[in-house]
Amino acid sequence: MERVAVIGVGQTKYQQGKRETFHELVYEAASKALKDTDITVEDIDNVVSVSSDFWDGRTISSMAISDASGAFNKDISTVEGDGTFGVLYGMMRILSGSFGTTMVVAHHKGTESNMNGITNTSFDPLVERRLGLDALSSAALQARRYMHTSGATEEQFAMVSVKNHVNATRNPFATVPMEITVEDVMNSAMLASPLKKLDCSPVCDGAAAVVLAAERNAKKLSTNKKRVWLNGVGHCADAYRLGDRDLADTRALKKAAKKAYEMAGVTPDDIDVAEVYDAFSYMEPLWLEGLGFCEDGTGPEFEERGAFDFGGKLPVNPSGGRMSANPVQVAGLAAVIECVLQLRGEAGRRQVRGAEKALAHGINGMCGQSHCVWILGK
Amino acid sequence: MAGWKDEVEEIVFPGKICVPYSWTVGSTLSKWYVQLRDDGEIWANRCPSCGRVYVPPKIKCIECYKDMNEWVKLPGTGTVETYTVVNYHEPSLHPKKPPFVYGVIKMDGADTGLVHLIDGVAPEKVKVGMRVKAVLAKERDGHITDIKHFKPIA
Repeated sequence: MERVAVIGVGQTKYQQGKRETFHELVYEAASKALKDTDITVEDIDNVVSVSSDFWDGRTISSMAISDASGAFNKDISTVEGDGTFGVLYGMMRILSGSFGTTMVVAHHKGTESNMNGITNTSFDPLVERRLGLDALSSAALQARRYMHTSGATEEQFAMVSVKNHVNATRNPFATVPMEITVEDVMNSAMLASPLKKLDCSPVCDGAAAVVLAAERNAKKLSTNKKRVWLNGVGHCADAYRLGDRDLADTRALKKAAKKAYEMAGVTPDDIDVAEVYDAFSYMEPLWLEGLGFCEDGTGPEFEERGAFDFGGKLPVNPSGGRMSANPVQVAGLAAVIECVLQLRGEAGRRQVRGAEKALAHGINGMCGQSHCVWILGK
Repeated sequence: MAGWKDEVEEIVFPGKICVPYSWTVGSTLSKWYVQLRDDGEIWANRCPSCGRVYVPPKIKCIECYKDMNEWVKLPGTGTVETYTVVNYHEPSLHPKKPPFVYGVIKMDGADTGLVHLIDGVAPEKVKVGMRVKAVLAKERDGHITDIKHFKPIA
């Protein structure tokens, strides 16, 4: 199978209440990605966009960004979901043989609407939507279930929030870099028990873009230094209804991770740095178990021992993660970009020294119904 | 250069999208809601292949992808698998004022959980593993809220 590389990346700073329209944000991210790749818009032969129409308040919103993303007079197609799935579709378009150079761009302006209202509409209008569930209350149900099955404590979840907010102080793109303590998290407002305000990520605005290229194009358009290979990918979805799943069982993620590791020919031990979905603090240890970095139920203990700290055995979310910047649909693309920067040695003060293999993870759906796992390498 | 961008007055248009829908409930869930509304009973359906019992009922088993035509009446009791006490308020979404409790109830006689409200108990007294039963609304109109909430079995 032909290999596909990321040959350029670009992202806006992630902020709340950004003044630019989503169209302008896309233009900024795409322009930065072209500049980073040192190519022009003519070198891009198709665009995959990632967005959510409900969040945008506009249907088929990819049509509205065709010019900003460089798709004018070309082809644009959309993934409604996380950015990691946009990269998946972008790579598939290249592997189909139809395209050689794909721009994947994601945008999000979460602060223009209401997260609880938008995420409530992801629930079945025939059953759960009427009960008023949303991303936060359903995550709280998952957090409690995970505490019950693993014995995790609220303090252990708070430690994840502290770690990632502190990591964000080394990332100029993050929304809420903060030197906080476990006490600060524990004393923040209880929103939906056991989740407190500082266990929850700030929904924010931003856009991100990556340029993907087939091996033949990548070698023409980029240098070794800028090129990062997509070595493995796996994706898998669990049941839609929360009650049809055990919310603390990561079976879909395990399947996705296995596929990704096998495709890349690596094991979890080979990974030097990971960007893992952590929109809520408890998710990081839960997904780290599913990704095979520790046994089921041991994630919180490993977090407490500092295994996933910036200087730990496996630095997880050195960018500060979604905990410190959650531009919802963009989140997974930001995770991929962080991995690319780490592998290129361009992650500045948050650089994990000598990183050769990186893992990026994104989710779709409530409580991580669906997962996409990427293994990237130099 | 682009200095004018820092000085320009920022204009924001408030907006709202209101579009009506008529969501067809489908034969499987319609049957479930009719039984709940007219008979005050909670039913489930069973997979002919693996025997898994689903509530709310589904057309097909998730695991086996087989049609499910066998209906099972549930006693309306269950165990709290997980819960959350909601302290924030979204007046347009939430069925009641905070604090109130959502739970996933593992229903007796079924293999799945039902997400619903837990009431009739102080929020801080709710525990995982607590035994509960469904309290039905007196006036029922064929919605999930025909189950008013679940309350602890004394």
